[in-house]
Amino acid sequence: MSGIFTFWRANKKTSASIAKDRLQVLVAHERSANQQPEWMPKMQREILDVIRKYVPIASDDLKMEVRNEGENVSVIEINVDYPIGK
Amino acid sequence: MSKGKVFVVTSGKGGVGKTTTSASVAAGLALAGKKTVVIDFDVGLRNLDLILGCERKVVFDFIQALKKECKLNQAIIHVKQISDNLYMIPASQTRDKDHLTHEGVKEIISQLAEEFDYVICDSPAGIEKGAKMAMYFADEAIVVTNPEISSVRDSDRILGFLDSSTRLAEEEGKRIPQHLLITRYSPDRVESGEMLSIQDIDDILSIPLVGVIPESRVVLDSSNQGKPVVLNSQDPAGQAYEDVIKRLLGDDVPMRFTEIEKKSFLGRLFGGR
Ligand SMILES: Nc1ncnc2c1ncn2[C@@H]1O[C@H](COP(=O)(O)OP(=O)(O)O)[C@@H](O)[C@H]1O
Ligand SMILES: [Mg+2]
Repeated sequence: MSGIFTFWRANKKTSASIAKDRLQVLVAHERSANQQPEWMPKMQREILDVIRKYVPIASDDLKMEVRNEGENVSVIEINVDYPIGK
Repeated sequence: MSKGKVFVVTSGKGGVGKTTTSASVAAGLALAGKKTVVIDFDVGLRNLDLILGCERKVVFDFIQALKKECKLNQAIIHVKQISDNLYMIPASQTRDKDHLTHEGVKEIISQLAEEFDYVICDSPAGIEKGAKMAMYFADEAIVVTNPEISSVRDSDRILGFLDSSTRLAEEEGKRIPQHLLITRYSPDRVESGEMLSIQDIDDILSIPLVGVIPESRVVLDSSNQGKPVVLNSQDPAGQAYEDVIKRLLGDDVPMRFTEIEKKSFLGRLFGGR
């Protein structure tokens, strides 16, 4: 009985460690979202609309990110995954 | 002419211990011989006067001083029952935050910084105007966090604002020094895995730790009496705040009250202290 009990305890994640895992994911996400310019979401939607005129893609096939490259240069990186031969 | 240091005590989340901390840090600095003024920025929700036991001396307030309805001196209360070096400015009870302007706040804070060694700004909760204004002119920040998931998340957001939305960030591109203060910590609940540990919080926020204040029943009792808990040198929370003051003044003192106290009877008889 007690053997099973300790086994169960040892394998169970404590609620604090669950909280920590959740925080790590969330905070990383919020930090990167904060660093993106305000116009990003709107621009992303508009670019998606333009691409869809020509290629059928899902909204998460378009990935956009603004990166700082040195002091005075930012790069907007746009990646589009689209299926060939359709 | 010496220039005083301006601290903001902030957190994002409400009810984590900002006002408790502002009162104890200000009182502790004053008792350490530093001429200190603490400003209640919580417009509409005045509280610091109660915690410092000077609510009956309130005549004018911060917003009235900003609007020049009174002289700045008239809004400053001398909290001499705690220390000859301790002063405070109460928040206004009106809900009108329109007068909280950069120019007005700047004028008051720079005047105070000429006269005082320390200016402590007790921030309201949230990320609205009041909180933004409380941090804008700060030289350093104390970020109060509870070992609790939503408090840690809100502190991370506040750290983002502290990086970008202070005068030093906007005008000089500098990041103001940020100190993490964990309050309401219960080592036994950390041990049993119910509460985030100091290490967990540090892994996420990664800013230097200035102190850990244990959960203590004496805090409520201190508020009831209008005597900041730092005055209670018997209580672990009071002692932990004393250590915070020493660290802010540059002393390197080890953290206390971060582990479960193991005091068995025999251990106390034979183990020295
Ligand atoms: N170390 C502590 N132990 C126990 N209770 C605390 C501690 N610190 C603060 N409190 C309590 O938490 C509540 C909120 O504190 P307060 O300083 O008013 O928070 P805030 O200014 O961030 O809203 C108060 O009831 C206070 O007594
Ligand atoms: Mg408060």
